[in-house]
Amino acid sequence: MRTDISKIHEKTRYQDITPGNQVYGGGTSKAFNTGEWRTATPVIDESKCVHCLLCAPVCPDSCIPVISGKRLAFDLDHCKGCGICAYQCKFGAITMKEGK
Amino acid sequence: MGIRERLSGNEAVAHAIKQINPDVMPAFPITPSTEIPQFVSTFISNGEIDTEFIPVESEHSAMSAAIGAEAAGCRTLTATSSCGMALMWEELYVAASNRLPLALALVNRALSGPININCDHSDSMGARDTGWIQIYAENNQEVYDNFVQAYRIAEHKDVRLPIMVCQDGFITSHAVENIELIETDQVKKFVGEYEPEQYLLNPKMPMAMGPYATSPFYMETKMAQNEAMKNAKKVILDVADEFARMTGRQYGFFEEYRLEDADYAIVMIGSAAGTTKDAIDELRNQGKKVGLLKLRVFRPFPGDEIAKALSHTKAVAILDRSEGFRAGGGPLSAEIKEHFYDAGLTTKAVSYIYGLGGRDYTVDEAKQVYAELEDMIENGTKLPQYRYIGLRK
Amino acid sequence: MKDTIEIRWHGRGGQGAKTAALLLADVAFKTGKYVQGFPEYGPERMGAPITAYNRISSDPIRVHSNIYTPLYVVVVDESLIESVDVTAGLKEDGAIVVNTPKSADEIRPHLNGYKGKVYTLDAREISMQTLGKNFPNSPMLAAIVAVSGIMEKDAFLADMRVSYKHKFAKKPEVIEGNMKALELAFAEVTK
Repeated sequence: MRTDISKIHEKTRYQDITPGNQVYGGGTSKAFNTGEWRTATPVIDESKCVHCLLCAPVCPDSCIPVISGKRLAFDLDHCKGCGICAYQCKFGAITMKEGK
Repeated sequence: MGIRERLSGNEAVAHAIKQINPDVMPAFPITPSTEIPQFVSTFISNGEIDTEFIPVESEHSAMSAAIGAEAAGCRTLTATSSCGMALMWEELYVAASNRLPLALALVNRALSGPININCDHSDSMGARDTGWIQIYAENNQEVYDNFVQAYRIAEHKDVRLPIMVCQDGFITSHAVENIELIETDQVKKFVGEYEPEQYLLNPKMPMAMGPYATSPFYMETKMAQNEAMKNAKKVILDVADEFARMTGRQYGFFEEYRLEDADYAIVMIGSAAGTTKDAIDELRNQGKKVGLLKLRVFRPFPGDEIAKALSHTKAVAILDRSEGFRAGGGPLSAEIKEHFYDAGLTTKAVSYIYGLGGRDYTVDEAKQVYAELEDMIENGTKLPQYRYIGLRK
Repeated sequence: MKDTIEIRWHGRGGQGAKTAALLLADVAFKTGKYVQGFPEYGPERMGAPITAYNRISSDPIRVHSNIYTPLYVVVVDESLIESVDVTAGLKEDGAIVVNTPKSADEIRPHLNGYKGKVYTLDAREISMQTLGKNFPNSPMLAAIVAVSGIMEKDAFLADMRVSYKHKFAKKPEVIEGNMKALELAFAEVTK
């Protein structure tokens, strides 16, 4: 069975749609650049950030990578700019800037 | 060689399930289908099969769990009736649109209200547009044979749709009749193992099932689903032929009983067809040219084939065992008349409603229907196009 | 289907009329016949009048309606005669079998002028004697087999012994009592 879904898009004819729209292959949302949708962008002030890591778990799009107890830069390919990270930051380290 | 037995319809389905030994059965009891999960759970506790039985808290959950199990890659089934099926409503569509070939042993019972436990087809007819394949039976033998064929049809790669194997509540489900069973090893060989190409618990190919589809995708997806239903027609006939080679019992979309040269025909579904056959034999002995088309497969609907089989008749009575509440007849009559029109037929077709809520349908009533058709054609008597059989008025 | 024997059972919920109808279907099946055994279901409760049916034929049975003109009627509970029209449609060349200590002559006036054969059987007494409890359906089953002649006595008893051995595998002590009940019923109804 055909499992390559990379060619399926909004112009695909019905014969080429997967049965029940099944999506094959894991982690396919990575390829979807939802960062395009952003109208406001989070900006981190490294001097205020204490790496309490409260921002990472509340991000609905998993755009705050954490490695070895330190938060890294925002994944702006997928951040939709919702601002939840900035809202919850107790140290004023994250602010929302208008635009991409 | 077949095994001569006597079983009720529910016992017959349970026996087929035992022979197939599916992977998972979530179920919630409701009359008159309760015996099916009851028998199956007994087989399991006796160690006769290793099906995983999931006792759930409602039919909504039963169908949800069945969908989950089937999506995971398991051969799955459940059983229900009437309001139980109504509670599965939302999930019926999910099962079909996600292209999950699970089986539902449906024991037809009237929907409330008034609340009633007896047979009519309002439950499955209400679900006729959910995208499930629907196969009906006249007797215990047929519901057993249909169940043995069910997974072969549903799981076929060109189909992959859920299948409803229907029988008439109490009339066949609780009636003990003669039956010829198939040897278990033959059933197992015929049905085979379930090997889905893609399934959720496959570590080699992670996948997502049931995603949101935006407008640019939705219609194409539904059309693809409809193609699967079209494909089911060929698969149903192929599986029936293979089944006939194994058992000598030949099935198709419908059975034609003394229809070939008939002037007057009844079209109907289910157990009452046998009663009509007895009426036909009596009338044939009096020289009346009468016949029957007993529909086995309602979804996919073999409309063109039905129109062709009836094209030589002078008049047809279409008997529905459920109300359509379009103030003009039941679903079977509506669909057949549509295909008559497409086929350019001008055959007189009269819609009848019979047997609601377990109302008996007798040989004499069948004879009366034929007499009414004949009177309409021979004497020009006007016949209302929408009639009830056995109604007090 | 001219040679089809149609039988209607009248009982009360819980007395085993449905079970008796299914057992009769079993018995007839073993003689090589085509059979039907089915109950008429309503919102049943213990004690409510119920009806069950049998068809027995040499040819496959296709009809799926209830039975309106039976050849035989079996009344498992005598009190039903007052409330249910047990002889409705019963053929005059057939027979009715009633569970009662009364004689056929005493019962006949209560049967709406039925002119066919009337058999009575004290199934309660037989059951109490042989089983110590009131299970009227075994004696009534033997009675209808005897009256209808669908099976020879010896073959019937041999078959029933096999059935009981299977059914009462966990309490074999009741098998002899049940067998005795069948024999007594067979003898009493045909005398």
